[in-house]
Amino acid sequence: MTPLRISIAAAAASVLLLLVVLELIRSRRLRERYALLWLLTGLVLLALSLWRGGLNTIAGWFGTGYPPAVLFAVATLFILVVLLHYSTVISKLADQNALLAQKLALLEQRLEGERRPRSGR
Amino acid sequence: MSELAAPARPRAEAAPAALRRVAIVPARDEEACIARVIREIALVDPDLQVVVVDDGSSDRTAEVAAEAGAIVLRLPFNLGIGGAVQTGFRYALEGDFDLAVRLDGDGQHDPGELAALIAPVVAGEADIVVGSRFAGTTGYRVPLARRAGIRLFARVVSLLVRQRLTDTTSGFQAVNRRGIALFAADYPHDYPEVEATVMVFKHKLRLCEVPVRMRERTGGTSSITAFSSVYYMVKVLLAIFIALFRRNVVVR
Repeated sequence: MTPLRISIAAAAASVLLLLVVLELIRSRRLRERYALLWLLTGLVLLALSLWRGGLNTIAGWFGTGYPPAVLFAVATLFILVVLLHYSTVISKLADQNALLAQKLALLEQRLEGERRPRSGR
Repeated sequence: MSELAAPARPRAEAAPAALRRVAIVPARDEEACIARVIREIALVDPDLQVVVVDDGSSDRTAEVAAEAGAIVLRLPFNLGIGGAVQTGFRYALEGDFDLAVRLDGDGQHDPGELAALIAPVVAGEADIVVGSRFAGTTGYRVPLARRAGIRLFARVVSLLVRQRLTDTTSGFQAVNRRGIALFAADYPHDYPEVEATVMVFKHKLRLCEVPVRMRERTGGTSSITAFSSVYYMVKVLLAIFIALFRRNVVVR
């Protein structure tokens, strides 16, 4: 069985994570779109730390005698998923950023051309 | 006077000539319908400036819209419906327009309903008017699953804003200067109308619904697929509740 203190600490940490994420959305520092994975992470970890019998059962399936290991494994898995998701988001942002810079350069060139139409002659 | 001389559609006579008004038409890959939408708007109200926001289309939407006489704002990549619509409201704010209407580029919003839509704004009775498919007996049919979603959002939002609303997902809207300023400053993202309703309530703007007929889509595909609908449901519900507690934007 998971030590009670570990369950309490894990539950508290999950609640803290949920509260921080909600506050970040509320204060407009985080978009809902990117918060959903974090909320899911917090909810799953909270459920697993409170539902101690369930954690035991899952630990049994994997043949480990130490149920908190499942908690760590699940947390790690979610963090990996979040990181991977953010990598795709960053890639998309980088592409869009390049496109914006190119558009801006072309626009600037066009404006310069309008301001000094015969400068080259 | 013969019946034949009458215009095919009722003109938006509710709008005084002095009101500067703009129609915001978000469009993505709508080359098949966009020209007809623009021409129909011009037929109903020739003084309505049509602005098409091309949300990263891969077809000839922008060219077709410009040929049909619209001003075209071309986004360099797809921003999603919320970002596209907000671009239109920013244009309306910078252009100092008194009134903005929003119609979708796929032709499902009938410009013939514009007069009814803008009437409460012109009369000064509302800051934002939403054309509802379900407020009257308009006989609009939507698939059962989507209808359930629309109903759920309408119920939840009605409770939160303490006003009975029937269609919180309708993009057929008219707003006055206050509405333009608010939406230019802040507009929700992926499925924006539901959250915008809560935002309007929080900023103490007056919202009302008028019953409108809507048409079935004439081309293109809906942005909402079955696969993503559950994701949107969760996201929008979350957004609604957060919107209630969110800090207000400063509207100049």
